[in-house]
Amino acid sequence: MTIALIVRRSLRQHALSTTITALSIALAGGLLMSVWVVKEQAQRTFTQVNTGFDAVLGARGSKLQLVLNAIFHLEASPGNLPASDYEYIRRHPAVKLAIPIAVGDNLRGYRIVGTIPEFFTEVEYAPGRHFSLSAGRVFDPSAKEAVIGSFAARRLGLAVGDTFHPFHGLVYDVRNQHAETYRVTGVMAPSNTPADKVVWIPIHGLQTMSGHDPRAATDVSAVLVQLRSPSAGFMLDIMYNKQGNRLTFAYPIGAIMAELFQKISWFDKILTMVAYLVAVVSAAGVLVAIYNSMASRRRDIAILRALGAGRLFLFGAIVLEATAIGAIGMAVAFVAYAGIVSAVAVVIQAQTGVLLETFAYSPVMLWAPLGMIALCAACGLLPAWKAYRTDVAENLSPIS
Amino acid sequence: MSPGPALLQLSGLRKSFPAPDGGRKLIIDVPDFSLAMGEHIVLRGESGSGKTTFLNLISGILAPDSGSIRIGGVDMAALGEHRRDLLRGSSIGYIFQTFNLLQGYSCLENVMLGMTFGTRGDKAQALALLGRVGLSHRLNHYPRQLSSGQQQRVAVARALAKRPKLVLADEPTGNLDHKNAREALELVRETCLETGAALLLVSHDPEVLGTFHNVRDFAGLNVALKEASS
Repeated sequence: MTIALIVRRSLRQHALSTTITALSIALAGGLLMSVWVVKEQAQRTFTQVNTGFDAVLGARGSKLQLVLNAIFHLEASPGNLPASDYEYIRRHPAVKLAIPIAVGDNLRGYRIVGTIPEFFTEVEYAPGRHFSLSAGRVFDPSAKEAVIGSFAARRLGLAVGDTFHPFHGLVYDVRNQHAETYRVTGVMAPSNTPADKVVWIPIHGLQTMSGHDPRAATDVSAVLVQLRSPSAGFMLDIMYNKQGNRLTFAYPIGAIMAELFQKISWFDKILTMVAYLVAVVSAAGVLVAIYNSMASRRRDIAILRALGAGRLFLFGAIVLEATAIGAIGMAVAFVAYAGIVSAVAVVIQAQTGVLLETFAYSPVMLWAPLGMIALCAACGLLPAWKAYRTDVAENLSPIS
Repeated sequence: MSPGPALLQLSGLRKSFPAPDGGRKLIIDVPDFSLAMGEHIVLRGESGSGKTTFLNLISGILAPDSGSIRIGGVDMAALGEHRRDLLRGSSIGYIFQTFNLLQGYSCLENVMLGMTFGTRGDKAQALALLGRVGLSHRLNHYPRQLSSGQQQRVAVARALAKRPKLVLADEPTGNLDHKNAREALELVRETCLETGAALLLVSHDPEVLGTFHNVRDFAGLNVALKEASS
């Protein structure tokens, strides 16, 4: 109890430096946890999100580009494939479901993707979960109608009954407006998948949009494929990628995304190192704050010693004080963490449509606070040693 | 009152400090001194005569160059710093001239801390002593909120709260006016009588010296002073 009282009083006596140091610990700890969780969550989510598909068939090119374009709606399309290729894979006995998509237009920066109504009715984007509409109905494949992803609808301010003109290309340019007018017939319920940030229209509409090459009026950008079994994927992989030289069969999607994270792992490492460095610097702040206040503490230390407090007791009190600053800082760090990851999650959702589970438990929430508190305790050792060495008689003045 | 068995027994106590010329200056050289249980002794000495150093040696705050300091049979001089801290915490109450109260702690906390490192005392004891020194209404006040006289009373309560066997008082009235000085002195003496503690008080104040029967000259005790003046 006595040591707790001494630590509490000391923290109060040095309230300003305690607050500033604890805040720097909080920011550093929050940053460290955020970097770790975002990295972990992004990797886990992006390697698991496949919107219910096992593979993507597209023009010859990079598998990663194909997946990013067809599943995450991020990259440019590597090219088109003829309708016959879609028909072939659709009828292949190893394929359970094949959904064609066509890309090439946008609505004020949000991608317009042409597809078939089965995308909304047949696809199980996660176990037991089908896409659903929060309002309206699925478009008529032969009409100029659209279904808007929940995120895109919110950002574009579109609701059932509204109309819009598509813009040519994947990048919004006000001069590239198409003449066609589309009417919104449905708004998707949030699925936390990339589908949320897409404006979906009938594939025929996109293929025949004014200004598009009429020779490619039946081409598709990619085919999203559900397989009947995993072995079918390897068989089709050999067929398209090894034996054929015209198309690319991206399978399995999770492994391809994992490859992406592997490629950019150096960036993760740098980010993590920076976070560690910030944590170490802020913990060193505890050392500096307590060490600098030792001059004003010497008299109190001498008095406590004169009252019978042992040197080890006071050594322990200083280490405990450093530990307490670390603990206070790390308690506040969770607030900083909540703020940082919420902001990052909004940015990631805006870019990809994927919502990270930022508040799900991660081991970093245990080891980062414990590590930071231990680091702060270690930083208290030097000032504690100084307290240990304080000369009692010299600091109990005056003498007679 | 006849003196009881010796509580404090000093023998061949010497302490020197580094001198500006690079050598060492002998400040304390007390061949022999004893204080019986319950006995009150006042040492008279001028400022700078080494009285505080003498008390610091007895309390174990300083370690002597040589000699022994037996308190209740335990030689303080032979103990390591940690054991000296423990012995001081359990057996000695120290009243400082400048009070040495902890500024960030309330009156009650200051007194409680004085007891914490000893072996006796509890909150009730601290409250009783603060009541005894007339500060029941100032329990949660901080030293800066008290007058000098009140601060010294807290210091006295702190030194006595753990019921030490030995009370050391270093110019306890040095920073007080006449009225407060008289009251503080009475308080120290009375509470020592009540608890049976031995009292070793050092002062150069004639008014203080006049209120005690057993007054000794520190210069007569400390051979180093005689040699320095000769």
